[in-house]
Amino acid sequence: MTEKNRIAIAILALGGQGGGVLAEWIQHVAREAGWLAQGTSVPGVAQRTGSTVYYVELARAGVDGRMPIMAQMPMPGDVDVVVASELMEMGRAVLRGFSTAGKTTLIGSTHRIYAISEKQVAGDGRGNGEKILAAARERSARFIGFDMEAATERTHSVISAIMFGALAGSGALPFPREAFEAAIHHSGKAVKSNLAGFAEGFARAQGEIAMPQEEAPEIPMPTTTMGKVLAARARAGLPDAALANALHGLAKLMDYQDGDYAALYLDRLERIAAMDRAPFDLTQEAARHLALWMAYEDTIRVADLKVRAARFERVRDEVKVKDGQVLTVTEFMHPRLQEVAESLPGWLGRRVMGSAWLDRALSKGRHVETTSLRWFLALRLVAMGRGWRRSTLRYAQEQGRIEAWLNRAQKAAETDLALATEIIRAQRLIKGYGDTFDRGLERFAAIMAQADAGAGADALRVAREGLLKAA
Amino acid sequence: MAERSFKSEVKKLTAGEGEVFTGEGILAVTKGLLQSGVAYVGGYQGSPISHLMDVFADANDLLASLGVHFEASASEATAAAMLAASVNYPLRGAVTWKSVVGTNVASDALSNVASGGVKGGALIIVGEDYGEGSSIMQERTHAFAMKSQMWLIDPRPNLTSMVDAVEQGFRLSEASNTPVMLQLRVRSCHMTGSFIAKDNVRPAMTVGEAASAPIRDLQRIVLPPANFQHEVEKIEQRWPAGIAYVRDNKLNEWFGQDSDTPEIGIIVQGGLYNNLNRAMELLDLADAYGSSRIAVYCLNVAYPLIPEEVSAFCAGKQAVLVVEEGQPEFIEHELNTLIRRADLQTRIVGKDMLPRSGEYSAAVIRDGLGKFLRAHAPHLAPAEAKPDPLPRDVAMEIPQRPAGFCTGCPERPVFAAMKLVEKELGPTHVSADIGCHLFSILPPFDIGNTTMGYGLGAAGASAFKPKDKRAIAVMGDGGFWHNGLTSGIGNAVFNKDDTVTLIIDNGYSAATGGQDILSSRADNPVRVTKNPIAKAVQGVGAKWVRLVERTYDVAKMRDLLREAMTSSEKGPKVIVAQSECMLNKQRRVKREQGKVLANGGRVVRERFGVDSDTCTGDHACIRLSGCPSLTIKSNPDPLRQDPVTHVENSCVGCGLCGENAHAAILCPSFYRARIVSNPTGWEKFRQGWRARIVGWMQARDDRARMARAF
Repeated sequence: MTEKNRIAIAILALGGQGGGVLAEWIQHVAREAGWLAQGTSVPGVAQRTGSTVYYVELARAGVDGRMPIMAQMPMPGDVDVVVASELMEMGRAVLRGFSTAGKTTLIGSTHRIYAISEKQVAGDGRGNGEKILAAARERSARFIGFDMEAATERTHSVISAIMFGALAGSGALPFPREAFEAAIHHSGKAVKSNLAGFAEGFARAQGEIAMPQEEAPEIPMPTTTMGKVLAARARAGLPDAALANALHGLAKLMDYQDGDYAALYLDRLERIAAMDRAPFDLTQEAARHLALWMAYEDTIRVADLKVRAARFERVRDEVKVKDGQVLTVTEFMHPRLQEVAESLPGWLGRRVMGSAWLDRALSKGRHVETTSLRWFLALRLVAMGRGWRRSTLRYAQEQGRIEAWLNRAQKAAETDLALATEIIRAQRLIKGYGDTFDRGLERFAAIMAQADAGAGADALRVAREGLLKAA
Repeated sequence: MAERSFKSEVKKLTAGEGEVFTGEGILAVTKGLLQSGVAYVGGYQGSPISHLMDVFADANDLLASLGVHFEASASEATAAAMLAASVNYPLRGAVTWKSVVGTNVASDALSNVASGGVKGGALIIVGEDYGEGSSIMQERTHAFAMKSQMWLIDPRPNLTSMVDAVEQGFRLSEASNTPVMLQLRVRSCHMTGSFIAKDNVRPAMTVGEAASAPIRDLQRIVLPPANFQHEVEKIEQRWPAGIAYVRDNKLNEWFGQDSDTPEIGIIVQGGLYNNLNRAMELLDLADAYGSSRIAVYCLNVAYPLIPEEVSAFCAGKQAVLVVEEGQPEFIEHELNTLIRRADLQTRIVGKDMLPRSGEYSAAVIRDGLGKFLRAHAPHLAPAEAKPDPLPRDVAMEIPQRPAGFCTGCPERPVFAAMKLVEKELGPTHVSADIGCHLFSILPPFDIGNTTMGYGLGAAGASAFKPKDKRAIAVMGDGGFWHNGLTSGIGNAVFNKDDTVTLIIDNGYSAATGGQDILSSRADNPVRVTKNPIAKAVQGVGAKWVRLVERTYDVAKMRDLLREAMTSSEKGPKVIVAQSECMLNKQRRVKREQGKVLANGGRVVRERFGVDSDTCTGDHACIRLSGCPSLTIKSNPDPLRQDPVTHVENSCVGCGLCGENAHAAILCPSFYRARIVSNPTGWEKFRQGWRARIVGWMQARDDRARMARAF
C-alpha cells in the first residue's frame, strides 16, 4: 500500500444532536491546516429521531499534486476515529465494524437515550450497557468513554461541543487544541458555551472510563422510637439477606401510614421468613413486594405526595427554575368515581359508589394547580384521609388480596421455595392507575391461576417476564 | 420558509471565476446550473435534493439579477412539464426531484418531452434515494432513461466532476436534442468538498424573451403522425448524436491503462468509482489517488453505452467485472449484447460476484472484487478475510432506532386519538400516506396498513366500500396539494366513497424540510399562501368536513374520529387536523422569545414532568406517545425494579402528555410546569404570599410526618 495520508472519522449520532455541526467543525480544522476534508451523511428520515452516521475523511494531496479519491462511507476495518454521542450508538459503531482493535480511537458517551422498544414495555426493557462497554474496550485501540450528557449539563453546552473537545483531547488528530477552538470561533454560534463544553470534553478525554453516576439509595436509619423498635425487630427476626429491603419497606410504610401499619408488615414478613432458608430469596423478595403492595397508590397517597415540600423542591430542580422566575404547577388528575369512593370512609364510600351525579361530575379530567392556595388546600384535605384509610373500601380490598397472595406463597413454600418466590414476584405486574391497574391485576390473577393449576416456578417466571416485556 | 436558512449558501452561489467553492454536493450542482446559463429551474423537494430547492427559494435576488426563473413546482409532473419551455426555444432548463418516486410522478411529461425532443438543454437532476437511509422502494431511475431514451449521467462523486457533469449535460442535451438525467446518489448530494468556480452566466435567452416571440413547430407535438416520426428520430438521429458527443468529449474515463494484468478489467458506474478505488486500495490494487493496477472503464454516462469504447476496453480481456448497483442489471445486459455483437470472447461478470441487491459500499465491492480475482486473476486475489462479527448476545442489546415524530409533534396526538378510537371500535383498515405521519406505522402507534405513494392515502382506501366499518385514510398537507385533492378527495366524492380521510395540516411540507405550500399560514413574499385545505375540500364537493384547530386536544380528536366512523351520513368524511409543525414552530418561537428575553420582557415557558414517586413504571403513557422527550430513568425507589417515566428538559410543553393522561385516564403523575421569566409585579406578589402560606403548612406537615416516620 502507498503511504497513508488519510484519517477516516465516523460520527454516530441521533437526529438533532448536532452530528452535522461536529462534522463541519472537524472539516474546518483540517482545511485550515491544509488538509482536504470531505464530509458525507445520509440524513433523510433519520433526521427525525433516528440514528445517523456522518463520515468525515481528511486527506492530503499527493506530492505531485494529485488529488486523493475520497470514500463516501466508513469502511469497516479502515476507520481511525469513531465518535458516538450515546452508549448504544457506540455499540452500533462496534456492531457495524467501524471500530477495530489495535486501530481505532473510539470516543463515546456512556449515557443512554432509550429507544422506543426499550421505553414502551411494561417492565424494564433497557439494553445492557456493560456488555457494550466491554465490546468497546475490546474492539478499539483506545477507548474514551464518559457521560457526555452530564458534561453538557455541567457546562450548559451542547453534546456536539463535548464530543469535539473529547476528539481534540484524544490526540487522535494531528492538530493543536487552538485549531479546534478556532473552528468554534469561526462558526460564530454560541461560542462561549461551546468553548466551555469543548474544554470539558477535552479534559474528560484524559480521565477514566466512566458510566453515568446513579445515586445508590442509602439504607434508612431509624430516627424515632417506633422506628428503632421496628428496626431492632427486623434485625432480630429476619435473615440478613432480606434486611435492606425490609428496612426500606418499614420506612416506606411508616411514611405511607404509621408505625402500626409497618408492624403489620413485619408480622406478615416474619410469617414468610419462618418458611424460608438460605439464601433467603423468598424473604428478600417478599420484603420488597409486600412493602410495595401495602403502599398501594390510592388517592390519599397521591395527594399526600403531591403537596409535600420536598416534592415542590424536586419539581423546581427538575424544570430548572431560576431565581426571579415564577413557577406554577398543574396536575392532570382524573380520579374515577370508583377511586374516589374507595378512598372515603367505608360508610360514605359505599353510599357514593352508585351516585350517578358524582359519576358525571368525575367524567372529566381536572387541571389541578397545586401551587394555587385553593388546590393546595383541597389536595391537603384529601391527604388527610390517611386518618381514616383503614376504614376505606380500598383498604379492605387490598388487605384481602394481600392475605390471599401471602397464603398462596406460604402454602407453596411448604414444598417449593422457588415457586413461592415466583408467586411473590408476580406482584411486579400490579401497577399503574385506572385501566392500566385493572389490566395489571388481571395479569397477576392469570399468574396466580397458573400457580393454582400446578405450574412450576420456571413457568411462572417465563409468564411474568413475558407480560413485563409486552407493550 | 424552509427548516434551514440558506442565506450563506446563497452567497456562495455568487462565486466568480477562479474562486474556490466549498460546500455541499447538491449546492455545487446548483452553482453548476448558474455557470451553465440556465434560464429556468423547477422541481419538487425531497431528500436528498431538498437543499437545491431551498437554496434557490432563498436566492430570489440573485436569480432575478441573472434573469433566471425559479419555481417551487406543485409536483414532479409539474416540474417535468416545465421542460416544455426547452422544446421550441434555446432555453436551458433544469428540474429536480427525489427519485425513483419523483420520476414515477413525472414520467408522463418526461415521455412527452423525450418523444418530441428539445432544442435548449434540458437537465433532470435526480437524487437517487437508494441504499442506507433511503425511505422509498429500491428501484433504479436507469429504467426510465432507457424506456424514454433520455441520457443518464452518473458522475464520479467529487464536486469538480459533478459540476462538470452539469455543464456537459446541457451540451449533450443540445447536441442530441434529448433530455439528460443527472443522477446523484444520497451521499453525493450531502457530501462536502471543493471545486474551482466559474462566473455565473446570464441565459442567452430568458423565459420572458421566449414567451414574447412564440415559436410553433407541429413536428414537436406528440400526436400522429409526428409521434411515429419521433421514434425514428430517436434511433436515427438523436441516439447517434448522443453517442458521438459522449465519445468525442471523453465523458467516460479510463484508469490503469498501463495495467500489469491486461487480461482483466473493471467497468464501473461513475458514481461508484470512489468506492471501487477504496476497495482496490485496501487490496493493494490501487493507490489513494486512483493509480490502478487493473484497467478501469468509468461510465460517467451510464446510458447510453458507447459500443466502440466498450469494444476497445474489452478487446483482449478474458474477463471484465461490472460494478453496477441495483437491479435489474441493465448495464450488464447491454454489455453482453455489445460484446456479442462485436464478437469478443470476454466474459462479462457482474451480479454473480456482487450482491444482486443493496448499496455497493466499498466493503461490498471489496468482497465482490476478491471473488472476481480468485476466479479470473488468482495471483492478485487477497486471502479470504475471516469475518469477526460482534457476538450475538452483545448485538442483541443494541436497539433499533426507527424514525419517529419529533418532540412535541402535532401529529402525535392525532394517532394517540386514533389509538383510543381503535380501543373502542376495534381495529380499522388504515391507508397511510407519504410524509412524517407515516411514522404512525412504527411503534408505539403501529397504525397503518399500506402506503401507495405521496398524496395517495385516500386513493389507497378507495377499494374499501364498507358495510359497517369504515376505512381510515391519512393524508398530509404536502401530499394533499401534490395530488391528493383530486386523486383522493375528488375521487371519493365522485365515487361516493364512505371512508374517513384525516388530513394532517401542519402548515409545511414538513418531511422534506419545512417548505411552504399553498395552505401554509406564514406570509411568504414570493408565494401565495393561506389557502385553506377545508375550502378546497368543500370545493370538490365534500360535505362532511370538520376542522380541528388544535390537534393536541386528544379528547376532541377522539370524539370527532368516532363521529366520523359512526356517522350515518354517506359520502367521504374529511377531518382537517391543524396544528403547526413543532420543529418549525420552535425555530420561529425560540428566536422571538430570545429577543423578548434579551430586552427583559415577560416570557412563559411550559414543560411537563413526571413525579417519580407516584409513577409506577407501567409506561402506558409512552405507549400513547413515543415522544423523544418522554423517556425512562432508573427508579429512585430502592424497592421498585422497573424504570420510571421521565420528561427531559427538551420537552416543549406541547400538552399531549396531560391530554393523554385525561383522555386515556392514565395516571396522576404528570404535571405541567409553567415558568414565567421576568414576571409582572402582581405575579411576583401572588407567588410570594402563596409560598409563605403553603410553606408554613408544609413545614407543619413535615414535622408531623417526621414524628411518625421510621
